[in-house]
Amino acid sequence: MVDATTNPTNTGLTTADGKPLKAALAHAQARSRRRAFLLVLPLLLFIVITFIVPIGQMLKRSVYNDGFTVQRNLTTGEKTPIMVNLAKWFDENPAGTEPDEAAFAALVEDLKQLKELRAAGQAGTRINYELSGSRSLFTQGARKAKKLQPPYKEALLELNPKWNDPKLWQVMRSASSNFTGTFFLAATDRTRDADGNIQSVEENRQIYLKLFWRTLKLSVLITVLTLILAYPIAHLLATLPLRYSNLLMIFVLLPFWTSLLVRTTSWMILLQSQGVLNDAMVAMGLISDGNRIQMMYNQTGTVIAMTHILLPFMVLPLYSVMRPINPSYVRAARSLGATSWTAFRRIYFPQTVPGIAAGGLLVFILAVGYYITPALVGGSDGTLISNLIAFHMQKSLNWSMAAALASLLLGGILILYWLYDRLVGIDNLKLG
Amino acid sequence: MKKILILTTALTGFAFAATAEEEVTVMSWGGAYTKSQVEAYHKPFTAETAIKVVSVDADNPATPIKAQVEAGNVTIDVADVEFSDAIRLCDEGLLEEIDPSILPPAPDGTPAIKDFIDGAIQDCAVANIVWSTVFAYNKDNVKGTPTSIADFFDTGKFPGKRGLRKSAKATLEMALMADGVPADKVYEILNTPEGVDRAFAKLDTIKDDIVWWEAGAQPPQLLADGEVVMSTAYNGRIFNAAVAESQPLEVVWDGQILDFDLFVIPKGAPNKDNAMKFIAFATSTKSLADQASYISYGPARKSSGALVGMYQDGKTEMAPHMPTAEANLSNALVNNFEFWVDHDAELNERFNAWLAK
Amino acid sequence: MAMTDSGAAFVEFDRVQKSYDGETLVVKDLNLQIAKGEFVTMLGPSGSGKTTCLMMLAGFETATHGEIRLGGVSINDIPPHKRGIGMVFQSYALFPHMTVGENLSFPLEVRGMGKSEREEKVKRALDMVQMGDFALRRPAQLSGGQQQRIALARALVFEPQVVLMDEPLGALDKQLREHMQFEIKHLHESLGITVVYVTHDQSEALTMSDRVAVFENGRIQQLAPPADLYERPENSFVAQFIGENNKLPGTVVALDGDNSKTEGKIATVKLEDGATCEALAVKCGGPGSKTLVSIRPERVSVSAEPGPNSTTAQVLELIYLGDHIRCRLNVHGNDEFVVKVPNAAGHKHLVVGETTQVTWDAEDARALDPL
Repeated sequence: MVDATTNPTNTGLTTADGKPLKAALAHAQARSRRRAFLLVLPLLLFIVITFIVPIGQMLKRSVYNDGFTVQRNLTTGEKTPIMVNLAKWFDENPAGTEPDEAAFAALVEDLKQLKELRAAGQAGTRINYELSGSRSLFTQGARKAKKLQPPYKEALLELNPKWNDPKLWQVMRSASSNFTGTFFLAATDRTRDADGNIQSVEENRQIYLKLFWRTLKLSVLITVLTLILAYPIAHLLATLPLRYSNLLMIFVLLPFWTSLLVRTTSWMILLQSQGVLNDAMVAMGLISDGNRIQMMYNQTGTVIAMTHILLPFMVLPLYSVMRPINPSYVRAARSLGATSWTAFRRIYFPQTVPGIAAGGLLVFILAVGYYITPALVGGSDGTLISNLIAFHMQKSLNWSMAAALASLLLGGILILYWLYDRLVGIDNLKLG
Repeated sequence: MKKILILTTALTGFAFAATAEEEVTVMSWGGAYTKSQVEAYHKPFTAETAIKVVSVDADNPATPIKAQVEAGNVTIDVADVEFSDAIRLCDEGLLEEIDPSILPPAPDGTPAIKDFIDGAIQDCAVANIVWSTVFAYNKDNVKGTPTSIADFFDTGKFPGKRGLRKSAKATLEMALMADGVPADKVYEILNTPEGVDRAFAKLDTIKDDIVWWEAGAQPPQLLADGEVVMSTAYNGRIFNAAVAESQPLEVVWDGQILDFDLFVIPKGAPNKDNAMKFIAFATSTKSLADQASYISYGPARKSSGALVGMYQDGKTEMAPHMPTAEANLSNALVNNFEFWVDHDAELNERFNAWLAK
Repeated sequence: MAMTDSGAAFVEFDRVQKSYDGETLVVKDLNLQIAKGEFVTMLGPSGSGKTTCLMMLAGFETATHGEIRLGGVSINDIPPHKRGIGMVFQSYALFPHMTVGENLSFPLEVRGMGKSEREEKVKRALDMVQMGDFALRRPAQLSGGQQQRIALARALVFEPQVVLMDEPLGALDKQLREHMQFEIKHLHESLGITVVYVTHDQSEALTMSDRVAVFENGRIQQLAPPADLYERPENSFVAQFIGENNKLPGTVVALDGDNSKTEGKIATVKLEDGATCEALAVKCGGPGSKTLVSIRPERVSVSAEPGPNSTTAQVLELIYLGDHIRCRLNVHGNDEFVVKVPNAAGHKHLVVGETTQVTWDAEDARALDPL
């Protein structure tokens, strides 16, 4: 204080040895901040490496595919541009130009290079994503390219008339650019025609929008069902004496400690048409042996199994919100003249909304991304969009397609999250 | 790994001996399958050529090949891989080409190229075994005896649920064959839009009775539980359930779809010549027939069928359980990899859309 | 104000018993009449049954036996929301998701009152507790004392006949608590409502109540106006629970009915150290029975004046408290005997360790039931 008043140039306070107090404070805090940062650094790195980078790569992959432009030498890691002659022709001629002799000559030149680099399969696969049957066109073309003589157009067409397909040329043009919206188009059941116009795919191949919609519907249904089942049990848990509620809690958590596959399989044993439930109903004479109810391998099975599996994710947030609600709130409401229903509706229920919101969000997001259970018990109409993402990841190996579907799913969830924030408020979220 | 270590130690010990021992490293899938190969291929090969065979296992032998070739440090000489991997690795230039002329002819003099089942010899790969997708039924639950793939699709004659793999592959082919398409015309017809429509139309006739499976272990279970009366399945799984576990399951070979496991040689294999010798030996008529007595997968050569003996239990004749047994091949289809590479995406999209309808 | 005629009782407990487990009684044969406009406090240690009584009155617990009447009508089967009883909870129980105004409006809303009328009543209730400017705040934005006032206003806004308060000041600091005691008392007087108040704080009970019911072990030990309770405790528990108290256990040796100065008899009690003293017989048996003599510290004087109860005392400890000095003495073998010596001119200045004389009037010593 003395220093500050006697030193007119420095309006701030100083420490005992004359350093400005603010600087000293900043210095002291910087050390603790640095230490705090070092403490979270491992987690930060972990998240960046295992979460942010993969998601970023996934998002990139959904619009980026260089299968038709670059070949990587597996031994040296060297990258060689491929299809360069054709790309040059595309640059010089606008979309819609009838492929001329020059175009075919460029194509043959590139096919020769594909043969040399053994890249025909890769390039063909990229085109095949958009035009079925093209992979063999490329492997065959590359094998024979060396022997082809001008005029190349006739030679190639003689080899395989598919080379003249305008759709093929449209696809090759779009694939010669690394960035493409094709996968997003395909993920929404749309494609480009030979002239590059966006149109819906044939009706018998439209699947993704339908599955997105079904996934949304079933996830909402499952969320509502878990809420209806979890609300009373969470309330019971929250109001019972601790020793009883602990026991009950163990029952609620028991499914958590059991393998997902085991649980799903037990549902199959219980619900299948020769299963326990059907057997019991036949034994009791409720249904005849010939009319066993199909509860498995369809949407019913998916909904039942997923509701059971996701139930704890609804119970726990609800419980954590209900536990601290003092019973005197409801008593106060009753003493103020409210019926028990009014007291529940106006007083108890609004205070559990953060738990409902948290549990709902949790269950919904998990349901949207679930694929093991629908794969096992979903049958034909209980399949969800995640099953197709898994299909493209594991079987068709069209990762760009999987990425596009996953990105749409992610985008959809973010939109819902935004809506949720607008309606409920994210600060009202309470996970426990 | 342990074996390699022991061998390395042994080799070091003998390094001072005048002759360096010849060897070949073979990578396979482990378990009973590797065991059958050690008994049928490795031991006789060493006995005949004095070339030591080092057996290494991997979850999928195709995976280390890519890594090793990319790193320029190849330690495997021979690998046992799936068809799709063989084609892909070959396409990517990761495999040595194998000249089919090195393969020995059948005992009756039929050249190898004719003796092997169609498609078993590829540019870079030679098949050793054949596994197949068949359909099987539960004897206790089916009234009558289904004998043809058409019966599988005939719910009027054989009422009850059907198990089918939730995939376009194999399902569409079977539908066409059930609809009367001969095996050799299946892919030709499936390559046309009308053919695809025809396959789906056939599937439509039983759609409401289908229980879809995804994992290979499911069909024997579905059949045993009575959840379905017939199901498509991998033949080895049904054999195991029927013979080892005594389930009342019966395989119907009509309309079966064959797939291969193949031997390949990674590019830059250290003992490439020995590898070639090994493949030629292991895929000979006798070796393939020997292996079949250890596991119910069929030899890739037609001439091996007659030589297949007894199963390990000493009382089960293996030959009738082989996908490649002469009797079972009367209406068999060899999976066309090229077709599926071209049409997998399109047909599965259509298949999924059809499912969701 | 004290109730004498049960016919005029507004709130009445009639032989009420309560058991939770079917084995032990939490409330044993409770009889209590409260007049309209009376402020009655249920005072007792925790677990004594006072809160259970309040909850039965509010309707959150059912009586196992007996009848509870409000305005002469049995309310045993009337659900809480139809009893028209306002209640203030220890935790205040202000609805956290509503503003102060909405909290107050709630009881009026569920009664179907129109908006303008509600607003007017809410405003009046808030003004009543000097919280007029806080209608739009949330409870969480208020201090403990402010929340207390809102809880009070909410319990009063629908003009109930009876207001129950369950330790409403328990969470406040001492100064605020004393202030609020005064305000509640003031509101009670100006509104003329009947208040049943539960507390374990005796000074709170003595300050505010018309009558205090001291609970212990499921029974009312004494029901009396505060002054009677302090000055004329009827048994050892009350004597000990209310205010400070010196206890001298002993045996009654004689009862003297001839003493004309007092209403009761004077008992001669032989104390444990062999000495005798005289005390007013309140709740003790005849000669030969055990008793406990209870004397308030401020009724003992340090003086050499001779009398039946004069005795020597050794000073063990002195605590200076400003207006008086608290002395801990050894009297008749009791080390915890406390005397309050006023810090006034002319009083003897004691020194620790010295031996002095103390004395008290026989009427100020009460021979009660032994513990």
